[in-house]
Amino acid sequence: MSKRQHISAVVNGDPVEFLTDPRATLLDALRDDLGLTGSKEGCGSGDCGACSVILDGRLVCSCLVLAVEAEGRRVETIEGLADGSKLHPLQQKFLEHAALQCGFCTPGLLVAAKALLDANPNPTESEARYWLAGNLCRCTGYDKIIRAVMDAAAELRQETV
Amino acid sequence: MSEVDFIAPTSPEQAARALLAGGATARPLGGGTDLLVQLRSGRLPPGLIVDIKRIPEAIGIRQEAGGFVIGAATPGITLSEHAALGQAWPGVVEGANLIGSTQVQGRASMAGNLCNASPAADSVPALVAARATCLIVGPEGRRTAPVESIAVAPGRTSLAPGEFVLEILLPPRPARSADAYLRMIPRTEMDIAVVGAGVNLTLDANGVISDAHVALGAVGPTVILATEAAAAIIGSKLDDEALARLDAAARAVCRPISDKRGTSEFRTKIAGVLARRAAVIAYGRAEKTA
Repeated sequence: MSKRQHISAVVNGDPVEFLTDPRATLLDALRDDLGLTGSKEGCGSGDCGACSVILDGRLVCSCLVLAVEAEGRRVETIEGLADGSKLHPLQQKFLEHAALQCGFCTPGLLVAAKALLDANPNPTESEARYWLAGNLCRCTGYDKIIRAVMDAAAELRQETV
Repeated sequence: MSEVDFIAPTSPEQAARALLAGGATARPLGGGTDLLVQLRSGRLPPGLIVDIKRIPEAIGIRQEAGGFVIGAATPGITLSEHAALGQAWPGVVEGANLIGSTQVQGRASMAGNLCNASPAADSVPALVAARATCLIVGPEGRRTAPVESIAVAPGRTSLAPGEFVLEILLPPRPARSADAYLRMIPRTEMDIAVVGAGVNLTLDANGVISDAHVALGAVGPTVILATEAAAAIIGSKLDDEALARLDAAARAVCRPISDKRGTSEFRTKIAGVLARRAAVIAYGRAEKTA
């Protein structure tokens, strides 16, 4: 029998502790142990990006991270994006541009887009498209998503000027 | 529940002992972008996972003895952020950065790509052309080996039980040197190489190629170091005749399979084309360093 391990990490700024099987993924732990069900499992193999989270400042697929690897690490998920009831500009722009239909890919796209704008506040459309190439959406055809990201980037830049 | 167990040692020797004790199903974990997929699909039976990311030498890029030392678990995105590495080895960095998405780049390492032993591994041809070596740690101690000696067949390596790659070492760079890597995929992102070609060369003061190495991916069971292809351009200024010789010599060493991503004939033709184009890019970069 495998031994469950005790893990301490920081998720969205809050210290968390959980017990996990060594085989469980970070996505499993977020959803099943911590009740953070915003991150989705699409493919489970790192192809679709629906489970995207930011781990110690790096955008990763949480389905390809073991939960035990999170020991002592910082994790940012979609649940940490809004400021209380105030939506993040990316979330607001996704609504305004209708950049979602079924919504399954949306949390991953928002987290990936946030990582992009953290690293590069003024991306070209081409840079945004390449950055988000690992986030699959089967509804929108991507164009509205890219418009929303570019619009949110513009708004965020104006705020910080 | 599974039988998998997990440890995260902080020294290479602890990791090697654990891998040896763990037996045939024990695996080192770097970025996990291949390992976790294999475990979850059932392709790899559950066993001991040894996370090497808490070993200080396994993470980061260090400039040592005129060359670069890259920790085995260093993610691709770290390579793209390292200005000096990109200056000295643009082909190595562009090969590694072609792998997967931004998310995959946040985790996937060159050593993992190497030890997964796919013939189409995008980071390997440029490393082979760079004459990079691996520092391997095992129960018997440490040894170094050329990158091209690690993969022996698709999915199989020459590493002995308990051994793992701790570092990849790029040699010192002579003046007027540069490299390039190109791959062919039928789309723009998120695909596996149909063919890959890495070229690394050095020019003399007159712009004549004084040293060259060419490596080809996805045209054989392992990455091919194409010695004759390199010889075809040494002594030239990469004129049309030299490029034609390079193309022919690159095609001559290909022994690809035909599969859904390309026929043997197509792959062989493309290998010649990519070798030529990568050589032109590397030559242009080497001229600019002068």
